[in-house]
Amino acid sequence: MPEAAALTVEDPRPPRKLYRSSDGRWLGGVARGLAGHLGLPVIWVRLVFAGLFMADGLGALLYASFWFFVPLGVGGVDAERPPALATETAPDGRRRLVARKPDKGQIVALLAMVVVTMVFVGNVDLSGGAKAYLWPTVLVGAGVALVWRQADNARRARWMAVGRRKRTITLLRSAAGVLLVAAGVSGIFVLQGSAAHLGSVLQAALAVLVGIALLAGPYLVRMTQDLSEERLMRIRAQERAEVAAHVHDSVLHTLTLIQRNAENASEVRRLARAQERDLRNWLYKPEGTGKDEAEEPGTLAEAVKRSAAEVEDKHGVPIEVVVVGDCPLDDRVGAQMQAAREAMVNAAKYGGEGGAVQVFAEVEGRTVFVSVRDRGPGFDLDSIPTDRMGVRESIIGRMERNGGTARLRAVPDGGTEVELEMERAQT
Amino acid sequence: MSDANEPTGTTGATGATGANAGATGATGAAEGPAEAGPGPGRRVRVVLVDDHRMFRTGVQAEIGETARTGVEVVGEAADVDQAVTVITATRPEVVLLDVHLPGGGGVEVLRRCAPLMSDAERPVRFLALSVSDAAEDVIGVIRGGARGYVTKTITGTDLVDSVFRVQDGDAVFSPRLAGFVLDAFASTDAPPVDEDLDRLTQREREVLRLIARGYAYKEIAKQLFISVKTVESHVSAVLRKLQLSNRHELTRWATARRLV
Repeated sequence: MPEAAALTVEDPRPPRKLYRSSDGRWLGGVARGLAGHLGLPVIWVRLVFAGLFMADGLGALLYASFWFFVPLGVGGVDAERPPALATETAPDGRRRLVARKPDKGQIVALLAMVVVTMVFVGNVDLSGGAKAYLWPTVLVGAGVALVWRQADNARRARWMAVGRRKRTITLLRSAAGVLLVAAGVSGIFVLQGSAAHLGSVLQAALAVLVGIALLAGPYLVRMTQDLSEERLMRIRAQERAEVAAHVHDSVLHTLTLIQRNAENASEVRRLARAQERDLRNWLYKPEGTGKDEAEEPGTLAEAVKRSAAEVEDKHGVPIEVVVVGDCPLDDRVGAQMQAAREAMVNAAKYGGEGGAVQVFAEVEGRTVFVSVRDRGPGFDLDSIPTDRMGVRESIIGRMERNGGTARLRAVPDGGTEVELEMERAQT
Repeated sequence: MSDANEPTGTTGATGATGANAGATGATGAAEGPAEAGPGPGRRVRVVLVDDHRMFRTGVQAEIGETARTGVEVVGEAADVDQAVTVITATRPEVVLLDVHLPGGGGVEVLRRCAPLMSDAERPVRFLALSVSDAAEDVIGVIRGGARGYVTKTITGTDLVDSVFRVQDGDAVFSPRLAGFVLDAFASTDAPPVDEDLDRLTQREREVLRLIARGYAYKEIAKQLFISVKTVESHVSAVLRKLQLSNRHELTRWATARRLV
């Protein structure tokens, strides 16, 4: 084991640059980073560190120095050289922020550390005086670890252009770290036999701190303000770059397609409509929605818009959607959505010449109402042969089977309107 | 309604357009559209505010033919400052106002033109004409005093119709705006401060719903067995409530909307 450790120590930098890993780390990400760098299983590196810790705490010192000197890397953000860590970092796109689960690893690490420390303390056979300093030192170490780790998190959050959400936790953790360090340091003082002077020492320290705060305070405040302003600007610039990239990609692509299909009017219209929809999604949707189109719609509004978009794409008839209120999709509303989609298809097929198809969906209390209207030549249910089941089955039948109602009627000045009404399932 | 015989007013107000008005009156009477909005011989002076020159040109081409439609574009502006200057100078009846403008947006124009809007003699009325889909934008200009909101996908005929309607003092709601308004008034769970003002009547709600479903005023009238005039007055009432009703409720809605 010592050999392996020596190797670890001697070979930290050479060809590839070493980074600490911020994903899946327990403490500082040193072991993980090293493992990724050396191509070893993480557990080995961790064991080596634990083993070294037994050797008069060398491991802890080593770990601390690595933590201090080796920069933190994040997969994907650090575009320069992520491969060194590629084995460790999940291949997530740089903008998707995977909600971080509470670090189970940290708790495990903490427990492991406590156990190792116990063993260590039991092992070392120091003279009574030195041994007395051990606990304060451990306290200081723990406090420093806590604060450093916090600093890492803050840096990571800045890269990801988030943060803010966990501000209280951040503050709490920093405060706890400071408290631990303070306790440790005062412990050492007390042990040095100056327990009697503790009061005056504390007073003096406090006075110095206040003095420093008075002198440096305004300057620090100014600096943090400047920093946060700069950060804001950077976030904005990033956002803009993202939009620009998107616009560049999809709009230019669509424009090329349009030029190529210039003779085909319906295709051009379809492309333009699809692009318009996409852009609107991007520009006007609140943050975090409308960007992952692949997922199944979870709410009524999404479902209606999705169906409309699909029908619009397929049949080349513009569909205007107005949604009032929203609710989660349940079985009944899901069935209603299918019926509505069927109605949209019908409207696009048979009433498309009269102009845009208009879809209106409203949630009022427990009732969900959807109307689909076209301005085509109109439609008379009675004149349709009974063997043609399209409307009867997929719209009216489906609604009734699920406990809703469907009505078809001719609009006074031409066109057809389908009204679908459904009670939401009791939850 | 009060402006029914408006052309005479114009003749008195400005000489240059007055001469024009006479000529227009004659041709307009001959071939003016028979729809409810533009009556024979009616003219309306319009200022176009939009930062896209292409779009202004397009609208000009569609509606800016005095002889055919009765709409005369007397000024154009591309940003807020220009808009205020042009509107003050030309005193149009209707301003077609884009929501997104350099210099503070349509809301800023409305704010600075507030005295012109409330002028009893010759009020300047604003119709928001936007490509924006965001409820905040739209509700913003409406609350700022715009008399209506239509999207840029509107046809030339409908736009002309809307311009005349606004000039008459009516409100013009597109289906989308009706949807936004229904949304805004639906989610007032807390008891509103001013009960009467902050609540839509059953009838107003019905009318809004039909607008949101794509019905024209005439069709709504038929559907509800009321006159077009009544539909117009319902819509105007909704607009008034929207502009005056409890601001906190709507702000709250704008920030935390769409959760049932």
